[in-house]
Amino acid sequence: MESTVQHVIETRRLVKNYEMGDFVVHALRGVDLTVDPGEFVAIMGASGSGKSTLLNVIGCLDEPTSGEYYIDGADASGLSRDEYARIRNERIGFVFQTFNLLPRTSALDNVELPLFYDHAARIENPRSAATEALETVGLGDRMHHEPSELSGGQRQRVAIARALVNRPAIILADEPTGNLDSRTSIDVISVFQKLNQQGITVLLVTHEHDIAQYTKRVVMMRDGIIVNDRRVENRADAAADLANMPAVDDIVTTGTAGEV
Amino acid sequence: MRWAKRLFTIALKGLVKNRMRSLLTTLGVIIGVASVIVMVGVGAGAQADVESQISSLGTNMIMVFPGASRHGGASGGAGSFNRLTLEDANAIAEEAELISGVSPAVRTSGQIVGGTGDWNTGVTGVSTEYLEIRAWGIESGEFFDERAVRSRAKVAVLGQTIVDELFPSEDPIGQKIRINKTPFTVIGVLTKKGASSFGRDEDDTILVPVTTGLYRLSGGQYINMMYLSARSLGESDAAIEEVTEILRRRHRLNPGEDDDFRIRSQAEFIEMATETQKVMTLLLGAVAAVSLIVGGIGIMNIMLVSVTERTREIGIRLAVGARSRDVLVQFLTESVVLSLLGGVIGVTLAYILAGVLNNVVGMTTIVNPGVVALAFGFAAAIGVFFGYYPARKAAMLNPIDALRYE
Repeated sequence: MESTVQHVIETRRLVKNYEMGDFVVHALRGVDLTVDPGEFVAIMGASGSGKSTLLNVIGCLDEPTSGEYYIDGADASGLSRDEYARIRNERIGFVFQTFNLLPRTSALDNVELPLFYDHAARIENPRSAATEALETVGLGDRMHHEPSELSGGQRQRVAIARALVNRPAIILADEPTGNLDSRTSIDVISVFQKLNQQGITVLLVTHEHDIAQYTKRVVMMRDGIIVNDRRVENRADAAADLANMPAVDDIVTTGTAGEV
Repeated sequence: MRWAKRLFTIALKGLVKNRMRSLLTTLGVIIGVASVIVMVGVGAGAQADVESQISSLGTNMIMVFPGASRHGGASGGAGSFNRLTLEDANAIAEEAELISGVSPAVRTSGQIVGGTGDWNTGVTGVSTEYLEIRAWGIESGEFFDERAVRSRAKVAVLGQTIVDELFPSEDPIGQKIRINKTPFTVIGVLTKKGASSFGRDEDDTILVPVTTGLYRLSGGQYINMMYLSARSLGESDAAIEEVTEILRRRHRLNPGEDDDFRIRSQAEFIEMATETQKVMTLLLGAVAAVSLIVGGIGIMNIMLVSVTERTREIGIRLAVGARSRDVLVQFLTESVVLSLLGGVIGVTLAYILAGVLNNVVGMTTIVNPGVVALAFGFAAAIGVFFGYYPARKAAMLNPIDALRYE
């Protein structure tokens, strides 16, 4: 059955079991989730609640044990390795907690990486697309720096630019602020907010309530199922919060100071 | 096309980023390829040296020696009963179709007096065809002709050593010398031949017409041996059979009786030497091939380590949409480029080494283009073969496992 087109993500009775020796870990026990275009969703929950597993399955990095799921309207259940690779390349942008940039490779080359595997040649000029993506995340002046020459916040911006460059249907972010201090976290979240304002759908996993407060919708998970799904009241504005932060933080996080 | 170009770019970037590792990896292939080419070249060079040495002995030469005679079962040893005659030689010259030149040889040793002093050396009586059979030449003057042979003329042709000893400062042509008190006129000087492969000084000799040697110097009726020339090297064996048949008939040997002569041919020497050299070349090549394989295993080792070391990188590539075959091709390209690079450097090194061996060390080294192609092809094959396993291992990783790898 074909899903209705308006959902970016739709999962039905999604189950994922891991076999660990003799016993089975039930990471997902039947998750139904729909995400519509333009949404900004935070998936929350304690560790082991299945939130990262859900994100990995939606991101086609991992396969569910059973259940159906649709990405950008297309059925993604039981595809081949190559078909999943194509979905990852064309419809999904993934941002990781540990950045996962290629070492000794310039920011520009890192951002251009997905376009190397753009076999359908969807994007005309990979170089200028990568440049544009880096400018969008505010790193137009750091394009030729290698990851080791960038601060944590800047690295995550490069990763976000890489997720953007192939013009995906959705950006998935797994604890994108997990390795960053609070000011840099808000800085990175402000980038997501800006992108969302431009109409890009974002789904992120976090365990910090402060971070979730910047999104539009919070999905709570526990023991592999969704236990709560609510709209965010009194949504926080990351750019405004950054401006109000004490100047002392500028000294602590010198790398990201003064750039928003 | 765009795809191939991009993957090639990725692979090249990967190699350049790990310059030191790339270089060390290729070192195995470089040494392997270079040693295969040079070792086989040295083997081929030695073979060519031996062949040219043997062919300097003469032209498709066959030598006939008198054999041991048997009297009542007791062998008298080689030459104990001399049964080769001038007539035998003439018969072979007339009857044997596969023989192009015949020269009987009569050896005597004599005291030579003339020029500045005296000298003791071997005097050999030969026919006019001797020089051609032995691949020898005349430096100055002339060799004796048929008429001199028929008339038992007292003319002599001197080897270079004799000239150096007796006529160090004057032209020996036309000079008189005495061989065992018989006066001879010097009519020619032989070209320098150097030491024989058995270490004897070939130039320490005097040649006279065979009849002169037989009737005026040795005074016997038998000749010491015969030098024959087969029409071609390939017909050597057939020519030997022909000669054997003629001699057995002339010596009235019954079927079942042993030959009373022995025949040795240049082809035999060449065959023997070539056989030995082939074994040596093969051995050298085998040792070198082993080093090439070890070099290949080095590549596989590095590629395996590299795959493990770069598991995260592979994970990242898979996560942004690389297909298994993209990763496979990337790693395969890396290892093929490495081994081709090793091949190119190895071949270059081999040519340099061969040049040094030839010109500086003085060791004949023949670089065979076939071996170069083979070594190069083998290097490329090693790249594919030993690169495939690690590349496949990398390509088949689950993206999430590869990303979590620490």
